[in-house]
Amino acid sequence: MTVSIVVVSHSEKIADGAVELAAQMAPDVMILPAGGTDDGRIGTSLEKVLAALEKAGSQGGGTGPEGTVVLTDLGSAVMTAESALEFLENPAGVLLADAPLVEGLVAAAVAAQGGADVQAVRKAAEGVPGAAQKPEPAAGESEQEPVSSAPPDFTGDFELVNQAGMHARPAAKVAGGLASLDAEVTINGADGASMTGLMTLGAGKGTVLHVEAWGADAERAVEYVGGLVEAGFGEP
Amino acid sequence: MVLDANWAVKWLTLCAQAMAEHRVELIELDRAIGDSDHGENMDRGFQAVLAKLGESTPETPGAALKMTAMTLMSKVGGAAGPLYGTAFLRAATALGDSAEIDPAAWAGALQAARDGIVARGKAESGDKTMVDAWTPAVDAARAAADGGSADVLGVLVAAAEAAEAGAVSTDPMIARKGRASYLGERSAGHRDPGAVSSALILRAAVGAAA
Repeated sequence: MTVSIVVVSHSEKIADGAVELAAQMAPDVMILPAGGTDDGRIGTSLEKVLAALEKAGSQGGGTGPEGTVVLTDLGSAVMTAESALEFLENPAGVLLADAPLVEGLVAAAVAAQGGADVQAVRKAAEGVPGAAQKPEPAAGESEQEPVSSAPPDFTGDFELVNQAGMHARPAAKVAGGLASLDAEVTINGADGASMTGLMTLGAGKGTVLHVEAWGADAERAVEYVGGLVEAGFGEP
Repeated sequence: MVLDANWAVKWLTLCAQAMAEHRVELIELDRAIGDSDHGENMDRGFQAVLAKLGESTPETPGAALKMTAMTLMSKVGGAAGPLYGTAFLRAATALGDSAEIDPAAWAGALQAARDGIVARGKAESGDKTMVDAWTPAVDAARAAADGGSADVLGVLVAAAEAAEAGAVSTDPMIARKGRASYLGERSAGHRDPGAVSSALILRAAVGAAA
């Protein structure tokens, strides 16, 4: 099981469409829409949100080991989601992400698909650079040094061989896989665990990706990226 | 007069009546500075509360308010849903399983409701929101309850009158929260619809006890 995701939108169509989009990149993640009111109008509904949270295995304290991340659109969707947490007996495993709905959802779904925990999935949604694969530091723990201040533990250079280069699906594969590893990774300076960050590289066929990695899984992370790139992400 | 479950049911019934009667007025107020759905949404929400009351009779005031919270959050749709829903939910929690509400408990419930609205909507006094009706109501109820001379009806009246004055006080305010804040200075000269519906709710509480 992965972390599950609930999408709260004022519009049923937006929620359904966003889920459809994200599900393409994260086939194994339970992503549930909670859009519109009970009678199909524009608005948000506590009942729909609670039903989705329940289905996601989050109701009544049965959050399971994985937890749920909630994405919202406009202001009162946030309020409805917050209200829903008040009705849960144990809301600890349910986290609200403060992120743009579509981009945040796709990033969260990819992270969840890669096996990230609930904190990491929320961070992926919120786009905290370089933090997507780390749980939040415990209270009192000092902020980590910026990644770039220490030399990387492992590096590699790989040339993109597939025709389309680093487009959405490859970026999702890279980011999703890295999210589950204990490593901070940059690829040509972009956060390797951020799908959107990778896509904005605009790296086409023939571009050399310089991968730098820090942490216990640094070597595995670089090998993972290298393997995907050299195989052309399974594309022509 | 005791504020028990029967009173709560009557209160909510009168709320529904008031929202139906003032539906157009609230729509007009909201049209001026919002998205003109407040009257519609509140009417629909409290009609749904009425329907729920028809299905089962709550045993305590707290149970009635909790049911109201769930229903408003599910049926209102706009921002008023979670805001009023939170208000009723927090009030219900403050009242617990008590069969009757005394003056101090009513003041406490109002305060819990107001604190819930503030926590949910992040608005402060003077932002031209329902908080500008609720905060004076809480203060007035607390003063009346602490004074010791007021019976529970007196506390209800004090809160309702303060809420009504609070709603009027939003006329010159410049909105800093919600849809109206997009209008900036042009929001002045209009009464906040959420403050008006709040005053209607607290006035209905008096009617139910009269």
